[in-house]
Formats: sequence, structure tokens, C-alpha cells
Amino acid sequence: MIGLQHYMVVSAILFVMGVLGIFINRKNVIIILMAIELILLSVNINFVAFSAFLGDLVGQVFSMFVLTVAAGEAAIGLAILVIYFRGRGTIAVDDVNRMKG
Amino acid sequence: MIDMASLLAVLPELILTVGGLILLLTAAFGGEGTARVVNWLSVIALALAGVALCCSLEHGPDAFGGLVRADAFSVFAKALIYGAAAAAILLAPRFFAVGHAVRPEYPVLILFAAVGMGMMVSAGDMLTLYVGLEMNSLASYVLASFMRQDERSSEAGLKYFVLGSLASGILLYGTALLYGFTGSTAFDGISLALADGVSKGELFGLVFVLAGLAFKISAVPFHMWTPDVYEGAPTPVTTFFASAPKVAAVALTVRVAIEALGPAGLDWQQIVIFVALASIIFGAVAAIGQTNIKRLMAYSSINNVGFALIGLAAGTPAGVAATMSYMAIYVLMTIGSFACILQMRDAQGNPVETIASLAGLSQSRKGLSAAFAIFMFSMAGIPPLFGFWAKFLVFDAAVAANLAALAAIGIAASVIGAYYYLKIIKTIYFDEPAAAYEARGGAVENVILTACAVVIVLGYLLNPVLDKASAAAAASLF
Repeated sequence: MIGLQHYMVVSAILFVMGVLGIFINRKNVIIILMAIELILLSVNINFVAFSAFLGDLVGQVFSMFVLTVAAGEAAIGLAILVIYFRGRGTIAVDDVNRMKG
Repeated sequence: MIDMASLLAVLPELILTVGGLILLLTAAFGGEGTARVVNWLSVIALALAGVALCCSLEHGPDAFGGLVRADAFSVFAKALIYGAAAAAILLAPRFFAVGHAVRPEYPVLILFAAVGMGMMVSAGDMLTLYVGLEMNSLASYVLASFMRQDERSSEAGLKYFVLGSLASGILLYGTALLYGFTGSTAFDGISLALADGVSKGELFGLVFVLAGLAFKISAVPFHMWTPDVYEGAPTPVTTFFASAPKVAAVALTVRVAIEALGPAGLDWQQIVIFVALASIIFGAVAAIGQTNIKRLMAYSSINNVGFALIGLAAGTPAGVAATMSYMAIYVLMTIGSFACILQMRDAQGNPVETIASLAGLSQSRKGLSAAFAIFMFSMAGIPPLFGFWAKFLVFDAAVAANLAALAAIGIAASVIGAYYYLKIIKTIYFDEPAAAYEARGGAVENVILTACAVVIVLGYLLNPVLDKASAAAAASLF
């Protein structure tokens, strides 16, 4: 029987993978965009699982909002990446160093 | 059912949304030639929204079944936000003209960000909070990379985007946990469930939510994006980032902490105290070695957020009122300082950002130097100026809430902070003159600069008004 805990564990694993994907990844900014998407989707699993468990629709409505915002966020992220690439000719993470920090 | 009273309660947001959309269409069809008109119309839209705040207060406090709150607190924060946004729009054309980048999209993006910030400060539910936060963030990412041809600007946009999205993700994860363990996304519902004791899951949710919010107000240990973004973004955008979104995020944090997480006060109080102290100390120490004035202002803003959080750490109505007063005075000082920084242009009119270039400014530009000195003294908290009153209020609230140790450490750190503010004044007045700046500043810049300087010097006359407004704002949360 799959219970609430299983969903929460899956969601937590996906969330941690997303965060690690942002910080450990040294290759490519596109992978960071994928990691961000992973974080948002892990949250959605949580919302939907809680919503089913509580018998309350708010969680599912919330996850629809998250999906919508995630689409907008990906669009803007890619747009910024495109102008960054035009200026620099690379999207390697290690090259994002025009300013210290 | 959507009723008229709810619509009137969000009238400021409606004005800004419709105004922003019309201006966006104007910009799209009219091209770059419309930039000047769109600029002024955006300021007018912000002014109209400011007038509409009275109307929204009459039809508050609850709108749309508690999703939106139109209370004295949100009105206070929105007044600051709209003012700061208008200043950021007015200061911009002169700066962008140098790079031939006066584009009508800039004021429109600021209007959209202002809509998002308005939703943030009047959120009554995690859903409104998230949507408002994202509306503000998405516009801000684009603003940070607004100078497309400038490598630093696009890099700032990229960094801001990645770390900002991570922050939203963390906040969202916390929201999901709070929803699961309390069974509600409404602030009232969460607070009701927390009143029966705080479970492990709820505690996790609380920590994640606060971490996400700490990112947005750039408090230590989630501050690392701030210096890079402030340095890389075009200076008018930095002016905007340092003022309006800061107020919105601090106000949002206060509202979430008091309204939603109020019963878990003992749990978040230690987090807020740690974050406040770390921000004050780190902001003060890390600013010392900076050579770029925008980076210095970034550390200064981290430092100031720490002071503002002291009021929240007190957790009392007086503390919240002190935090809001602090933000009001901080916005004035920041806008004024950036109006000075925007005037740092070499003889050809190109912007310069190094602190060294300020050397001996007092010999060529007496007025600008005096204004710089006023704002820096005020930021350092030197008594006759208004910045002292802001610090006094938060420390007073902390001592009244039995947090004397926190206040003592804060005062000690503000002395360290005074060092780098005074160093700028020393560079301006006592160093050998460097290459002279452009002989005179723009008219709009000078007006804003003078207005801020006068308020900072004579601010105590405004105290009765400010005290009354911030007390009313705080009272609406408890």
C-alpha cells in the first residue's frame, strides 16, 4: 500500500536532487534550468499528495498555479540565457564570473 | 462570488495592471519614440494607484474571501513601494540615454513589478503570496538584464534568475509542508492550526518558508546574490532593487511571521534573531574592503535589513511599527544615495562606479558632496539626521521586549558599519581631487536628491505622522 509517507519521501528526494543540481553542476546553465523545474515539480507532488490525503481541493489548485508560474519562469530564464549567450558565446557555469562572488 | 467591495479593495492593483497593459501596447506599437511619454504616464499611474489606496482601505480589510488583505499595514507598505517605484522610473532616462537604451519597456516592467509587490504585501493566503512574489520576481529578472549588450547586466540577470528561482522553490516547499500539516494555505487557518502546538512537519515548513523569504530580503546566510546583482544591474534598476522590493519583502516577512506563524513565535524568534545579527555583522564587515560603490550599497542594504529585522525579532506591535518606520526612512536614504550615485559621471557623461573617483569631489561639486555626506551620515546613524531615529526605534523595541543583548550587539556592529560610510565622506572632502565629474546633474535627479536630503535633515518634524501611520499599520496585524 502506497501511503502519504511514500509520496513525501519521493518529493523530498526530488527536491534535494534539484538543489544539488544547482550547486554541484559545473557544466551548463541549461541543467540548472532543469534542476529548477525539478524543484517545482517535487513541490507539486507534495501538494497533490496532501490534497488527496486531506480531501481538500486547495492543494490541487495551488499545484495548477505552480505549473503556470513554472512555465513563465522557464520562458524568462531561457530568454535571459539567450542574451547572455549572445554576449559571451558560452553558457558554461564556470564562465559566469565577470563579477567576483 | 466576486463582489464590488473586493474589486474596490484591490483598486490600486487594477489601476496598475490596466495601466501597465495599455502602456505596454503603446510601447509595442509606438516603438522607442514613446519612451518619454510612457515614462511620465507610468509615474501618473503609480500616483493614481497611490490615491486609490484610500479607497482600498475603506473596503478592506478582507477581500476575495480572505485571499487579499487591504488593511493599514498593506497601505503603509504600498505607499512606500509606489513612491520608490516612481523615483526609480524618474531617475532612469538620463542614465539609459548614455547607452542609447531609453526604452519604454523599463517603466512598464516596473509597473508590473509594483503590481506583484502590492499583492505580496496584501497577501492573506500562501497562494496570493506566491503569485505576488513571482510577479515581482519575473519582472525583476528582466530588469536586471535590461542592458542587453552589457555583459555584466546579462550575467546579473542570470544569477538573479537562478538564485531567485531556487528561493521561490524553497519557499514553495515550505508552503507545501505547512499546507500538509496544518490543512490550510490561508494565514488564518495556518495560525489556527499552529495554536494547538507546533509539530515536526510544521516546524520544517516554517523553516523553509522563512529561508525562502530571507533570500528575497537578502538576509545572511542567503545574501550571496545581492552584491553581484546590484553591481551588474544598470544603476536605476539597482536603485529600484534596493528600495521597493526590499520594502515589499520585509513587509511580507513581517506579515507571514505575525499573521500566519504567530503562535509559533518562540520558534521563529530565534531564527529571526540569528538572521538579523548575522546580516548586521556581515553587512558591516564585508563592506569595508569594497571599491565599487554599487557593491558597497549592496552590503549596506544587507546591513540595513538586519536592523529592520530586529524590530520583527521583538515580535511586539511596537517592534513591527519600528520595522515599518525603519523601512520608510531606509527607502528615503537609499533613493537619495542612489540619486547621488547616478550623478557620478565623468566629463564625457559616462557613468563611473569606483569609490576612488569620488576623491576631492567637494572642490568641484559642493551641492552633490553635501548631499552625499548627509545620506552617508544618516545611514551611519549619526544623531541629528533621520537615520538615527530609525535605528533608535528598533533598538528601543528590542530592549522593551527583553532583547537587550541583541540591541547591544546591534549598536556595536553599527559602529563598525559607520567606518565605511565615513570613509566615503573622507574621500569626498579630504582626498586629493581625482578627475572631475560632469559639471552639473540632471534636473529630475537634483529635485529628488534635494527632496530626500531635506526630509532626512528635517525628518523629526514628520515624526507624529510617521509614528501614527506605523502604529496603525502594526495594529492591523495583531
